[in-house]
Amino acid sequence: MKFLISIITIAVISFIAGLYLPWWSIAVVSFMIALLIHQRPLASFIAGFAGIFVLWMIIASFINTANNSILANRIGEMLGIGQNPVLLIFITALIGGLVAGFAALSASYLRRD
Amino acid sequence: MRLLPFCFSSLITILLVFILNRPVGNKIPMPLGSFLSPQTGFWQNAEDTAFSYDLNIALSQLKAPAKVYLDERLVPHVFAQNDEDLYFIQGYLHAKFRLFQMDLQTKAAEGRVSEIAGVAAIDYDKAQRRLGMKYAAENTLKEIEKDADAFSRYSAYTNGVNAYISTLTHNRLPIEYKILNFKPEQWTNLRTTLLLKMMAQMLSSGTERDLANTNLRAILTLPQFNLLYPQVPDSLVPIVPKGTIFPRPMHGYKIPSDADSVYFLNNHSVAVNDPYPQDRDNGSNNWVVAGTKTASGAPILCNDPHLELSLPSIWYEMQLTTPSSNVYGVTLPGSPFVIIGFNENIAWGVTNSQRDVKDYYAIKFKDAEKGEYWFENEWKPAQQRIEEIKVKDQLPVYDTVSYTVFGPVMYDAAYADTVTHQSALAVKWTAHHTGDEGNTFYKLNHAASYNEYVEAIKTFECPGQNFVFASKSGDIAIWQQGKFPDRWPGQGQFIMPGADSSYMWQGYIPQLENPHALNPNRGFLESANQRPVDGTYPYFIPGTYITPRGVAIEHFLSQMNSVTLQDMMQLQNNYYNILASDMLPVFLQHTDESALTPEAKKYLGLIKQWNYDAGPASVGQTIYQCWLDSLQKSIWADELGKAGPLTPIPEEQTLMELLKSDTTVLGFVDNKLTPVIETLTDRVSDALNSAARELEKADKEGRLQWSEFKDPAVYHLLKNNMLSFARTHLPVGGAGNTINAIKKSHGPSWRMVVQLTAATEAFGVYPGGQSGNPGSRFYDNGVDTWAQGKYYQLWMMKADEEKDRRVKWIMNFNKG
Repeated sequence: MKFLISIITIAVISFIAGLYLPWWSIAVVSFMIALLIHQRPLASFIAGFAGIFVLWMIIASFINTANNSILANRIGEMLGIGQNPVLLIFITALIGGLVAGFAALSASYLRRD
Repeated sequence: MRLLPFCFSSLITILLVFILNRPVGNKIPMPLGSFLSPQTGFWQNAEDTAFSYDLNIALSQLKAPAKVYLDERLVPHVFAQNDEDLYFIQGYLHAKFRLFQMDLQTKAAEGRVSEIAGVAAIDYDKAQRRLGMKYAAENTLKEIEKDADAFSRYSAYTNGVNAYISTLTHNRLPIEYKILNFKPEQWTNLRTTLLLKMMAQMLSSGTERDLANTNLRAILTLPQFNLLYPQVPDSLVPIVPKGTIFPRPMHGYKIPSDADSVYFLNNHSVAVNDPYPQDRDNGSNNWVVAGTKTASGAPILCNDPHLELSLPSIWYEMQLTTPSSNVYGVTLPGSPFVIIGFNENIAWGVTNSQRDVKDYYAIKFKDAEKGEYWFENEWKPAQQRIEEIKVKDQLPVYDTVSYTVFGPVMYDAAYADTVTHQSALAVKWTAHHTGDEGNTFYKLNHAASYNEYVEAIKTFECPGQNFVFASKSGDIAIWQQGKFPDRWPGQGQFIMPGADSSYMWQGYIPQLENPHALNPNRGFLESANQRPVDGTYPYFIPGTYITPRGVAIEHFLSQMNSVTLQDMMQLQNNYYNILASDMLPVFLQHTDESALTPEAKKYLGLIKQWNYDAGPASVGQTIYQCWLDSLQKSIWADELGKAGPLTPIPEEQTLMELLKSDTTVLGFVDNKLTPVIETLTDRVSDALNSAARELEKADKEGRLQWSEFKDPAVYHLLKNNMLSFARTHLPVGGAGNTINAIKKSHGPSWRMVVQLTAATEAFGVYPGGQSGNPGSRFYDNGVDTWAQGKYYQLWMMKADEEKDRRVKWIMNFNKG
């Protein structure tokens, strides 16, 4: 339960923060939530990772579908992965997830005895 | 707290954020974290294909409410109550759809690319500053500021651009800013004049070859030079119909007494050459057919300006309406007004004059400080501008540019230090001192008659343009308009001595004597960058003219009657290679089949069946081009190669004319590097043999058809650095000499056909789209239409047509 609540809270608050703050607010939010909702390190990492991975994946997929993959194809070519929107969405989500996961992991270690 | 794991994990987090928040390198200059974040990065530029452009906005700068109707191609139809609101909204829309392009182009004009691109662009920036681009823009701005009405229009435009920029948040920045990691800068009136100077540079800076000519003179005699680079080509069909009587001029000039002994005899070469030459085919076609020759009885005007093709396009289509004017056409993002278009009474178009309006003078500085130079028997102080070039991630670079009585010193020991023999070279260019060029377009937008058109263009100075005109009252006309020096014969073809005033320009050709024609009996007028007049024109007017397209247009138009809009669209898309039709028979006559390889014989058989069509599927055009290139190289390289690698070889046209009268081409056919004397037959046959090797290779790669061989593309403004934003492998044919003059990435940047019937019928297309956003479906939606030679109907909307189904979105601009 705690685990699910962490994920959802991280995703929702990061989304709101992202409207006003730079991209790295996801690290701050994950860290704070992991501090508030204390879990074991592995669980914290996964919650942080999953919260942002899912959030960024959903936003990017939503945008990409509405855009008919026009830009994702061009950016994919530019980044050398070819016209592969699915892979580009995955990379996007993975990068966000890693940052948030490690931020949450740090918070878990901070509170752990 | 578990200290060690905490520290370790925190370190990883901070390191990750740090790395992702920094530019990765030159290849990927953007911080990846921000770029990938779907809330701030590139995903935000991926526009919903069903995006609504509807807008309600209140702005304090507006005087009255205004409306913008966007049609299905995203062309805005602007309805404002007064000029200032109109140009404010034009600026707002240019910024909204084309901000990066305006920002980049004016920075490039000013010589500030290093701020974005780093050290690689320093030399380019120096060239721009030494050419005096900003100096020229400042001078024009001073003229604008003297005219209160003009000043208010430019200021309204600037305010409109800035009103949009001030609404921008990071996530809404154009994607190029996110990739290159910089921010847009506020617009100013100076930036608008910089954009106008960019056009002047594009169209009138590369139309002289003084440096190359000086190098050529070091290896060619004057008669040879004049035959290889003739002023009036034999096959010229001038803009002003032959037989026109020109008034005898009152030349005020005095030829320098030492011209023959010093200037024309000069055999010094200069090692410097323009490091950033403009494309010599920055040309265009325009023509106009009178009602006597059209099916409808109304004049038809056509224009297709040939420029570097880019995404976003250099053009942005608009309709601009106030109670006192209503005009439709293409605009230049960065400048107010419609540049090429039509209103309810007239239509106009432009092509480049190709006239030489830029000369070099040899300057002797007193010392390395460049503070004084020798002029009229004394050391004269030079004005100096210290140019600070800011460089991305580096300390700024400084460059001192000295201004002489002639103009800025472009080349000296500190720049392009390969200068030999000459201490320094100052540049005199008409673009340095002009009035308000934009005002001509403002007046054309409002003009209703021939007289108002003449009134509008007569103050236009640089770059010289062929303004073609037609009116609903039935007039057709063309004027080559610009401010052109009245040169003595030969003046300014080579670098001139700058030690005194004797070689300076002594006056200008009176505006009324600029080449022009009105309502000729033959019922049509055309221009295609050829010399505007035949040899009877009483002025010396050097330039980099292009002859063949004019010959082709004249050839077709003179045969046509009951001309329709469709005929004109077909003519704009015509691929007939008229020059090849003169040249190939000469080649065939001088081909010795027994000297050919089996491959060469195969291609000879193929090209014999060629109908001179240079369309996308043409194999003949590919063979011809390879054969010609190979022959030109073998004829000219041994001698002219000595003048330097960038020396322009004689025109294809000139070669054809020479070959028809002299099969030794003044002795150039013989290869001076071999003991035997080669004949034209040897050369032509050998050229086909070596062309055949290249053609075999192309054939193996499946590239024998002309469009495959040429592989045309429309690149993004960032060129090879952003290939994924380009449109490549376009199935189009054409060559610089065909009417449809598509080259590798250069050609008809806008095609327009306007019939001036009571209700104007107009068609147009450009290879791009109205949106500059690569994430929009309107980024490149016109490219395929253009490539197929098709057109869109241009809709001159009326104020009461708000409910028309073509209106897709409405923007309400309210007074705030």
